[in-house]
Amino acid sequence: MLGYLARRLLYVIPTLLAISVVVFLIINLPPGDFATSLVAYRRQQGIAVGPEEVEQIRAAYGLDEPIYVQYWYWISDLLFRFDLGVSFEFNRPVADMISERLPATLLLAAAALLFTWFFAFPIGIYAAVRQYSIGDYLATTIGFLGLATPNFLLALILMYLAYRWFEYVPAGICSPDWCDASWNLGKLLDALGHLWLPVVVLGTAGMAGLIRILRANLLDELRKPYVVAARARGVPERRLLVKYPLRVAMNPFISTVGWVLPGLFAGDIIVGQLLGLPTIGPLLLGALRQQDMYLAGSLIMVISVLTVIGTLISDLLLAWTDPRVRLGHGGSS
Amino acid sequence: MPEMSKNPTGVAAAEAAGDGSAAPPPLLEISGLRTHFTTREGVVKAVDGVDLAVGERRTVCVVGESGCGKSVTARSILGLVDRPGEITGGSILWRGGDRTSPVDLAKLDPHGEELRRIRGGEISMVFQEPMASLSPMYTIGDQLTETIRLHLPMTKAEAKDHAIAMLRKVGIPKPEQRFNAYSFQLSGGMCQRAMIAIALACGPGLLIADEPTTALDVTIQARILDLIASLQESSGMSVMFITHDLGVVAEIADEVVVMYLGTVVERGPVDEIFHDPKHPYTQALLDSVPAMGQGRGQRLRQIRGRVPHPSERAEGCPFHPRCDSAIAGVCDTTEPPETVFGPDRTARCVLYTPGLGTPGNVPGDTDPAEEREVPANG
Amino acid sequence: MTVQTTDPLPGGGGPAEPGDAAADGTADDGPGRPARNGARRASASQARLVWWSFRRHKLAMAGAVVTVFFLLVVIFAEFLAPFSTSKLDSDYTYAPPQVPKFSFSEGLYVEGYAWEQDEDLRIHYTPDPEQKISLEFFVRGEEYELFGLIPMDRHLLGPSDPDAMVYLLGSDRVGRDQLSRLIHATRISLSVGLVGVVLAFALGVVLGGISGYFGGRTDTVIQRFIEFVMAVPTLPLWLGMTAAIPVEIGPVRRYFLISLILSLLAWTTLAREVRGRFLMLRQEDFVTSAWLDGASRKGVMFRHMLPSFTSHLIAALTLSIPGVILAETALSWLGLGMRPPVVSLGVLMNDATSVRVIDQAPWLLLPGLVVVVVVLALNFVGDGLRDAADPYRT
Repeated sequence: MLGYLARRLLYVIPTLLAISVVVFLIINLPPGDFATSLVAYRRQQGIAVGPEEVEQIRAAYGLDEPIYVQYWYWISDLLFRFDLGVSFEFNRPVADMISERLPATLLLAAAALLFTWFFAFPIGIYAAVRQYSIGDYLATTIGFLGLATPNFLLALILMYLAYRWFEYVPAGICSPDWCDASWNLGKLLDALGHLWLPVVVLGTAGMAGLIRILRANLLDELRKPYVVAARARGVPERRLLVKYPLRVAMNPFISTVGWVLPGLFAGDIIVGQLLGLPTIGPLLLGALRQQDMYLAGSLIMVISVLTVIGTLISDLLLAWTDPRVRLGHGGSS
Repeated sequence: MPEMSKNPTGVAAAEAAGDGSAAPPPLLEISGLRTHFTTREGVVKAVDGVDLAVGERRTVCVVGESGCGKSVTARSILGLVDRPGEITGGSILWRGGDRTSPVDLAKLDPHGEELRRIRGGEISMVFQEPMASLSPMYTIGDQLTETIRLHLPMTKAEAKDHAIAMLRKVGIPKPEQRFNAYSFQLSGGMCQRAMIAIALACGPGLLIADEPTTALDVTIQARILDLIASLQESSGMSVMFITHDLGVVAEIADEVVVMYLGTVVERGPVDEIFHDPKHPYTQALLDSVPAMGQGRGQRLRQIRGRVPHPSERAEGCPFHPRCDSAIAGVCDTTEPPETVFGPDRTARCVLYTPGLGTPGNVPGDTDPAEEREVPANG
Repeated sequence: MTVQTTDPLPGGGGPAEPGDAAADGTADDGPGRPARNGARRASASQARLVWWSFRRHKLAMAGAVVTVFFLLVVIFAEFLAPFSTSKLDSDYTYAPPQVPKFSFSEGLYVEGYAWEQDEDLRIHYTPDPEQKISLEFFVRGEEYELFGLIPMDRHLLGPSDPDAMVYLLGSDRVGRDQLSRLIHATRISLSVGLVGVVLAFALGVVLGGISGYFGGRTDTVIQRFIEFVMAVPTLPLWLGMTAAIPVEIGPVRRYFLISLILSLLAWTTLAREVRGRFLMLRQEDFVTSAWLDGASRKGVMFRHMLPSFTSHLIAALTLSIPGVILAETALSWLGLGMRPPVVSLGVLMNDATSVRVIDQAPWLLLPGLVVVVVVLALNFVGDGLRDAADPYRT
């Protein structure tokens, strides 16, 4: 177990390094550098920038140095000072902008995840246990439709229905009274009242895949001899289901917990954009559209780091729950 | 079961009971069992009218080629047939436990509490693939104590002691350590021993062993057979042993039940089956076993054709398309009735039915011309 | 319905098909191989066996019909669409769909619009029976070049008067015909899916093939690389990459760059599939005998091994197209993929981003419906192919 842990942790370091290189390349991909972008942007705003000022900026950001030196500046700032650079569109430190929006994003993500699991698990289990029942066909159909429907279309439709039935009008995540307050229970409850539609949209988007995977896995497991063997020694049905096949069928879930996060971010980009939420997603989208590459790159870096950490956690969880992984035997099926 | 002319097991049991001094009624008595699978392509009659009985302290071997319904019969006893299969007729009388009157397992709800108590408590089962029959997510000890505590009123500590004692009893070395092992850390033979320990932990009256040695090495096979035999000796339980291996049968059986395509074609004490097989199928099976020192240089005889799928069952006697003694116009039209040769000794073949088969038409003497007239099926 | 076996789940993977099934698939490559099954089956070619097996799969057949239909749309888009994507009549914004009618005196026609404006400046259209715009099949209309080569001006269906507009599926914000735009957008979105998957396929087959064929250290290195790529959160990265594409780049280059970026999504799964097959095949007798016959390395790979799992590959390919299509649609909808004046299904959906617009012109959601139908159809076809790819497995 300890060896596994160590190996897994060691694997994270090169992964993160490689990601940072790719992110840095993306930042530098658009023609021109930070200085020219800034100058162009300022000119658009009607602010004149003199050539000596450009030189100043270049020197300040080390833009005259070779690219690997620039990378070193960037990564060391990031690592040692948590300095993610400056958004030239907002002219503010990226780190501040992210930390402002992170709580609402995480709240939304957590609520959506709970919503998904709350519905997907019973439906998936029911569909597998009662294979070929009407409920199963229904769940399978939902699963297929969910697979084929673009998230934004689903969001649009749900939004439209909410508008028709509940007269829901997208309006951020807080009532005017609470918006300036710091985060506390009252604000949290208020936010949840505003968040139900985004939560439903995000949660529904992830549900179809989850139902499909759970159903398929559970069906596979239910056919395994150990299920009959357990039944033959008198294990009650419900306990049998939960203790034996479900436990194994959960493995792919656990191993993809890390992937839930980027999925939710992707959804957040769409939903946040549609509903005007103060979350990370719309910020990233705006930055990408404006080619505000420092902001965009930093956001991508943050999301990537969160994903890698999520994958690490799910691998460790898997090792904890599945003795075959822990003891180094066989796969996870 | 309208087409069943008689029920010899029931008759025999009734006679025995009336006699008073004769043997007590069998522990397990299956009569006219039908287990059918309703699929989109039609009804597959995996088990179609099986009669058999397992007496107290007896070992009954059920033999037959793959796909003859042995396993489905065994699973039907404990209500373990997976959908779309279900028991559609017959009875499975169980007289074990502390019962005064027998219970019909075929009538019990497969998901019900009564059958659940019997599973693993009164009747246990051991399966073909020991590795796959143990969940890889839990230790051997966990699965063993789970069974114990499901059926016996024991505390956790007591159950653990009992579990380790059981592991020792089935010959697992260092049982205290193996208790915490996972199935994938043990060999196939060890896993099967663990399965046997689980099966016997609650002192069942009947052990159903469904080809428990097929997936194991030959040397391990013998040891597992010895283990089952010695445990039977010491505990006094009955064993229903399902196998396709006649060598195993010869070694452990008291009685033999020969199955073909969902029906019992012949049954009787082991010596009589081996030395005086009545049914052409039994004869063919025995002929196909290679024997040491016998028939050097000769080709091994084999039964021609293969077992058809239960859904492609022929009219009349199910074996007639492959039978060397088949009589055209008889075997392919009428289902052969059962002939009783003695207590627990029956065969289902027209050769022994006066008026249908030619009297004295001993298998093997058949005119080859007749044989050719039988259309081969499949 | 056999849909329970149809999950492209991570980790779950397909159950390992029996190895001899794949080997049997090449029965027609190796003469003298004994026929195990019926004579008809034994003498049939691989493709024919797959087809027989595929035909039994009802959903897959339905999917195939739909797929073929959309392929025709992709190929003959200019001919099928009444107009080009830019032709507009700004008098009719958000006009509802017109229903074609038929009378013996007028032939095929649609009714024009009567309209009034309410106090919100919103225009309400009603059909006006007085105005009749006659329609014709194979009508002369805007000029185009079929396949970019053949100059033509015939359209399948359109107004007899080349200057008139007809809105069979309604009009958009500036009065363009939704049907024509939909047809052209379908071409772009579907072909991006195809091009993306072909690029991914090239990468996947080469790397997966090398990995699976050589095994050993090469395999380990490539597998580590694939694992690494899979561990990298692709989504934000390719968002970043598409955003980094310069805005002023031409539509054709943009099209291929987007396809390339999207192909980065799909290649890892394909590479794994190819590797798995190769590893399995390496154990097979016919590969060993090809070796012993002195066939060259390349010969064994391309003459013997590749053909025996073509059907698996086609199935895997079909199943990876929907993902690319969905990704392109989402990207374009976000304004990061295709950009106007190029129309893709995502670009079209970009018009419908507020509840008010949807309320007024629900037909703007039609591109979304096309995406759903295409993706479902491709999934069914892929599943059917995957099940049929082992024709000897009964």
